[in-house]
Amino acid sequence: MKPLKFLLLGGVVLGLTACASKPKPAPVQERPVTQAPQPAQPETVQQPPVTTTPNVGQDQPTPGSIEDFAYQSGGEPRVYFGYDQYTLSNEARNKLMQQANWLSNYSNMSAIIEGHADERGTREYNLALGARRAEAVRAFLVAQGIAPNRLSTVSYGKERPIDARANEEGWARNRNGFTNLTSGGVS
Amino acid sequence: MKLFFRLILTLTLSIIAWPLAAQAQLEIDITKGNLEPTPIAVPDFISQSDSGRAMGAQVAEVIRADLERSGLFESLSPAGFLEVQTNIDYEPTYSDWRIIKAEALVSGRIVEENANRIRVEFRLWDVFAGKQLAGIRLAATPENWRRTAHKASDAIYKALTGEEGYFDSRMVFIDEKGSKVERVRRLGIMDQDGANPQYLLAGSDLVLTPRFSPSSQKIVFLSYENTYPRLYILDIESGRRELLGDFPGMTYSPTFSPDGNQLVMSMERRGDSDIYVMDLNSRSTSRLTNDPAIDVSGSFSPDGRRIVFNSDRGGSPQLYVMNADGSGQNRISFGEGRYNAPVWSPRGDKIAFVRTLRGKFSIGVMDPDGKNERILTESYLDESPTWSPNGRVIAFTRETRGRGARSEIWSVDLTGQNLRRVETPGEASDPAWSPLLP
Repeated sequence: MKPLKFLLLGGVVLGLTACASKPKPAPVQERPVTQAPQPAQPETVQQPPVTTTPNVGQDQPTPGSIEDFAYQSGGEPRVYFGYDQYTLSNEARNKLMQQANWLSNYSNMSAIIEGHADERGTREYNLALGARRAEAVRAFLVAQGIAPNRLSTVSYGKERPIDARANEEGWARNRNGFTNLTSGGVS
Repeated sequence: MKLFFRLILTLTLSIIAWPLAAQAQLEIDITKGNLEPTPIAVPDFISQSDSGRAMGAQVAEVIRADLERSGLFESLSPAGFLEVQTNIDYEPTYSDWRIIKAEALVSGRIVEENANRIRVEFRLWDVFAGKQLAGIRLAATPENWRRTAHKASDAIYKALTGEEGYFDSRMVFIDEKGSKVERVRRLGIMDQDGANPQYLLAGSDLVLTPRFSPSSQKIVFLSYENTYPRLYILDIESGRRELLGDFPGMTYSPTFSPDGNQLVMSMERRGDSDIYVMDLNSRSTSRLTNDPAIDVSGSFSPDGRRIVFNSDRGGSPQLYVMNADGSGQNRISFGEGRYNAPVWSPRGDKIAFVRTLRGKFSIGVMDPDGKNERILTESYLDESPTWSPNGRVIAFTRETRGRGARSEIWSVDLTGQNLRRVETPGEASDPAWSPLLP
């Protein structure tokens, strides 16, 4: 449990910092966190059901933290794509709306959006495909009002898979756009 | 660190044709593959000294392995040799070599002139015609015995096929370690037969797609060392590394022009990738493609006048050829499936590519006008083809599937007949073959 305590303390500090720089943050959770939120580990492209309103009654990470961003984005700030596709599904759009809401609340945070591809393509083509996916995510967030200078993109092609399985389920998870939160400017 | 990069050999290697040969009787048609590789005998090279004999055995071993791997030759086992020559200036006893079915014989010697200089001399005999085909003398420093052996292999290959060889060349590659989700990649270099592997960069940044300059002195590659993927040029000898301009988007997918003065590369902006050329002296870039499609994997023809590239402008990735100024863009791949990663042969007559069809990846070749398509390999994942300097062999990455999946370097000849794994220190990918070394 030691790492969890550390996370909590760090989260409070981050949250307070956010308070100072932003007029309307979500209230800081006072009660101790007994269980850290686990980022969803979906076995397939299917996402766990999404709650759009913050669930204040349950265990919840410190507002403004990277964990909070993941939590408020439905478990993980990652959206998935079809084979050789870079259009955003309705599900992806919903999740990106949540990311945009959070980013609107914490304007001191920036993000590097990573585009990823599965291993069923050649290396250079997949770098291009990853760039398309990252851009699709970035453009959507910008359209939701996030300042362009808070978002940059990087394509990893097929070089940084999150799922080692060489089957359709693994490939589907590896076709994604990941919003990697950072503090400070990115572009 | 600097020693690490001391790879370019300072050898004075000269080839002297030596009491020369009549017209060749034994000729090997390189275009027909290895259905019947030519049996060749390469006894250990003789010498006056123990150290010379030790080197002679090593030199002959490298030559035997080179010729065998080409698929055109069967290197006969020395255990079966009948005649032991003591002077290579006399004709061999041809009948002794005919009995063991050798069609060609290489008899050589090592002459140690002094501590810093050796001569490797050999004669190539046509066993059935009973005559000498070539006499060759190579001079080198003793530590360069291995390159000298490769030069000898190239000379034998040329004497018997009429084509330039490819044995005195190297490959850069990406060394791969760790599971798929925790991969560590390092830029490596080795001889074309996998000998002398070394790492070229100290760090653990993600590096991809290394390519040789025509001089074999420089490597252009993609690195994530500053978070964002950018192109770098590494000078092998000095170890000096240079960022090739910082553009707003990703710069990637590089190859050198045949004269070494330009790069063709892709530049991405707001998700759209187009092909550019960069003048390496002025660092100015000019745009060759301009469309919302993916345009990557540009590769110059050896005369520098055309570029083959990969585009999905037609809906799926296919191969296109354009003039070096970007004009006249025409699709050349019309087979079933997706076509990627084209590389123009150094001979100019073929384009190698990756085809994906029904979940399988293949290395194939076609003419620059798209005709005479031929599929050479098929597996779960074959990609990143690169040509041998003589345009007769293609090395590529092969990844196996599932648990214990491995990334390896393989080679296949133009006929698809001679599929072999290239030895690497560990898992490896993205081979890029150098030209013949100077």
